[in-house]
Amino acid sequence: MRAHARIGFVLLLTPLVLWLGLLIVIPHIDMAILSLRERISFGVYEPSLMQYEKALTEPLYLRTFWRTAVMSVLATGITLLIAFPVAYYIAKMAKGRLQQVLFLLCLIPFYVSELVRTFGWMILLRETGIVSNLLQWVGLADQPVEMLYNDAAMMVGLVYTSMLFMVVPLVTTLESLDDSVIEAGYDLGGNGLSVLREIIIPHAMPGIVSGCIVVFMLSLGNYLTPTMLGGKDSLWFTEMIYNQFIVRSNWELGAAFGFMLLVLSSVIVWGMLRLTGRTLQETMG
Amino acid sequence: MTPDLDSTDLVKRFGTTVAVDNVSFSVPPGSFFSILGPSGCGKTTIMRMIAGFLDPTSGEIRIKGKSVLDTPPNKRPVNMVFQHLALFPMMTIAENIGYGLRRRKMPKEQIARKVDEALDRIGLPGIGARKVDELSGGQKQRVAIARCMVLEPDVLLLDEPLGALDLKLREHMKVELKALQAAFDTTFVYITHDQSEALVMSDQIAVMNAGRFEQVGTGRDLYYRPETPFVAGFIGEANRWKGRIERIEGEALQMRTETGLEMRATATGTLAAGDNAEIFVRPEAIRLAGSAEALSAFDNRLQGRVASILFNGAASRVLVEDDAGETLEVTLPQSGEFASLRRGDPIHIGWGAAQASCFKRAA
Amino acid sequence: MIPTIPTSRSFRLIYGGYVLLFFLYLALPLTVVAVFAFNDSQFPSLPWEGFTWNWFFGEDRPQVGVFHERGILRAVGTSAFVATCVAALSVSVGTTNAFLFNRYEFRLKGVLYVLMLLPLVIPGIVLGISILVFSSTLANGIWDAARIDIQALRPGLLLVILGQFSFITTIATLVISARLQKFDRTLEEAALNLGATRLVAVRTITIPFLMPAMVGALVVAFLMSFENFNTTLMLVGSDAPLTIAMFDRLKEGSTPLLNAVSLLLMLGSSLLALVVILFQRR
Repeated sequence: MRAHARIGFVLLLTPLVLWLGLLIVIPHIDMAILSLRERISFGVYEPSLMQYEKALTEPLYLRTFWRTAVMSVLATGITLLIAFPVAYYIAKMAKGRLQQVLFLLCLIPFYVSELVRTFGWMILLRETGIVSNLLQWVGLADQPVEMLYNDAAMMVGLVYTSMLFMVVPLVTTLESLDDSVIEAGYDLGGNGLSVLREIIIPHAMPGIVSGCIVVFMLSLGNYLTPTMLGGKDSLWFTEMIYNQFIVRSNWELGAAFGFMLLVLSSVIVWGMLRLTGRTLQETMG
Repeated sequence: MTPDLDSTDLVKRFGTTVAVDNVSFSVPPGSFFSILGPSGCGKTTIMRMIAGFLDPTSGEIRIKGKSVLDTPPNKRPVNMVFQHLALFPMMTIAENIGYGLRRRKMPKEQIARKVDEALDRIGLPGIGARKVDELSGGQKQRVAIARCMVLEPDVLLLDEPLGALDLKLREHMKVELKALQAAFDTTFVYITHDQSEALVMSDQIAVMNAGRFEQVGTGRDLYYRPETPFVAGFIGEANRWKGRIERIEGEALQMRTETGLEMRATATGTLAAGDNAEIFVRPEAIRLAGSAEALSAFDNRLQGRVASILFNGAASRVLVEDDAGETLEVTLPQSGEFASLRRGDPIHIGWGAAQASCFKRAA
Repeated sequence: MIPTIPTSRSFRLIYGGYVLLFFLYLALPLTVVAVFAFNDSQFPSLPWEGFTWNWFFGEDRPQVGVFHERGILRAVGTSAFVATCVAALSVSVGTTNAFLFNRYEFRLKGVLYVLMLLPLVIPGIVLGISILVFSSTLANGIWDAARIDIQALRPGLLLVILGQFSFITTIATLVISARLQKFDRTLEEAALNLGATRLVAVRTITIPFLMPAMVGALVVAFLMSFENFNTTLMLVGSDAPLTIAMFDRLKEGSTPLLNAVSLLLMLGSSLLALVVILFQRR
């Protein structure tokens, strides 16, 4: 490398290394170290696995951990099921202007803060809310119905919040499927179901994987929706992290929780990539 | 014998535009039938109606004598080789070829056997496990045909399948397609805008323009006896003169061109003195000579100068500018006689009335 | 299942109906938020007490409008400040990253690229706490060593900016890289050939080519920062950005004031999005 190219390289490399080093790598190492120590007395700490021991033996912690994982998988599955037909409609059925308009319509809700979206669901679902009033008006209920603060409400919110991140990659991959490939599937004797199974879904697989990864991550890491829409006894793992850090000031245990969440998400993302034989670069980049 | 494919009064309108205008034709079993026309003439629309991807506005399509209008595309006994082939990129070659057989719920071993047979037949044995993008253009072509032929369709439709290939390969595939058609003994319906593809391969060619069939016939018919000015201009090349007919006796006629020349030609269709008309003469029907005497046997004679020589091997041409200032294209014989011809040389040209086709022209 | 394949009428009707329902589902929460911003009542819920502009322009209790509510206005200012800093920082670093990954081959490039993508798959809360932990380790270390208390390393706006920057930069990098990849490098060579220096060639040819992506990334970064909740929640100090301020109020019980703020947010971000679309179409 010639001298000025070398200088250019160093100048470009510095911000990247500073960013990744100071804000991503070192903080996570520091958090790992923090989670691996125990407070003996004021200002005196010792290395120990006690935080993880506590996290893995306390039934409440463990239950919340698995509940968060299972519910996130469920939310991802539901989002995929709802989004796929819509994405297919936008990519393959709608043409020209309608296609553009529908695609933009999908994006609009997500230019708005998650807080506003959650607030909207609260107005709809609460005891004095629109849905409750509607049910009374129709005659399906004779008194106000509380529909907030349960798992179903939380699921509605989670699915709503992640929808865009499923629809967009699906539309993009489905659009790249040539119409004539679908026609060839029919021409050779296939029907709707077999064309879907053998041609459309295999083609859409990259989009399905990247959509699922992002939606899963967003659900797992969500704080607002479970807090505002979920019930009092249905804790989310992020709420426990927040509680340990901000309410209880038990940073060691909070850091251990944070690490468990990180490991869980890495394992699931890795597993999904592994299952479909793709790399993170292909899926995210 | 019932034709494999026939259509009567086929019409397709998109809004107010008529894409296919009252087309009728029939294709005898085992023949190679081409629809030849410029892009946008409606040939793809006809093909998609036969395959079932478009409903005709009116008219009838029958395969082996039975109407297929109410049959969805996946149930029709026709298969299609798509313009860009539409091989399934998510499957191997064997899975591609076996796709239709799987739809028919054929047992696995039987599918495997049929696929192997098909691969042998197209001269690509043992490539079943490969991916689509590992094949060359010509190999993909053959796989796309095999994928249809394992289903033993009554009619195979081919939508300009050679368009994406380079010139050399295209020349080669023309011969190969014809051979494959003979080997499978299936009716092929081929659409193209390339006259050479149609002329080389087809038993019958329909020349299509603006939604209508202009003429249906063998390549020879279309070339030597065009029935409409469009066919005369579209198949091969031609020098053209517009003018008004002065005299006519039977098929022989005399026309005065707009530039004032007098020409003899042969009438196609009914013509009368005073009609506006147009004469077509192919470059290869015109004789070059150094003197007017050598051309005394020809009905039409002109003199001019060599404007340019377009050397292209056997297809070399001379551009002759006649005294009226028009430029004609004349085939340059490669017999050595005119090897010393240079730009600006005086030259005489002549052609017979029988080689000049005259058509009526709308006023 | 594409328009050229014949399908039954009932299938098309059901499918179309489903898509319509989907868009209703998308629109519903936002619509109710917007509508109840005009309810002349203390609560953003039924019954409808009549139309009012008070939640925007009202000056007197109990209906103080957005434009006279100090706390909200200050929070908007804070958010705008944070978002501007984050957008500027992340687009700058995103651009240098794009050049680095696009133009240079070096050892560990693959590793660095994967590392660069990681912030997308780290939950926002975890990003927040890790930065919180590290900054307080630093602050404590400096205190122990030199008895200097660096306030900037305690929860506050600097940490909020750094926290948001840490993952928004990845998005900026991806957006700008995608465009840079499409750049025809012979254009730069042509500029060199015509007498430009390397730096001038980049400034006069490559950067203008990247402009649509950079503006797009700038707006996306601004919006993402403005809306961010999870990371901010863990790093916020006494100056709360808008989402945190609204969250605190929402916990206490909502008034249509929050609807009014939300409606303004929707209008603002739609406007920004529209600007980007128009800019990119040009």
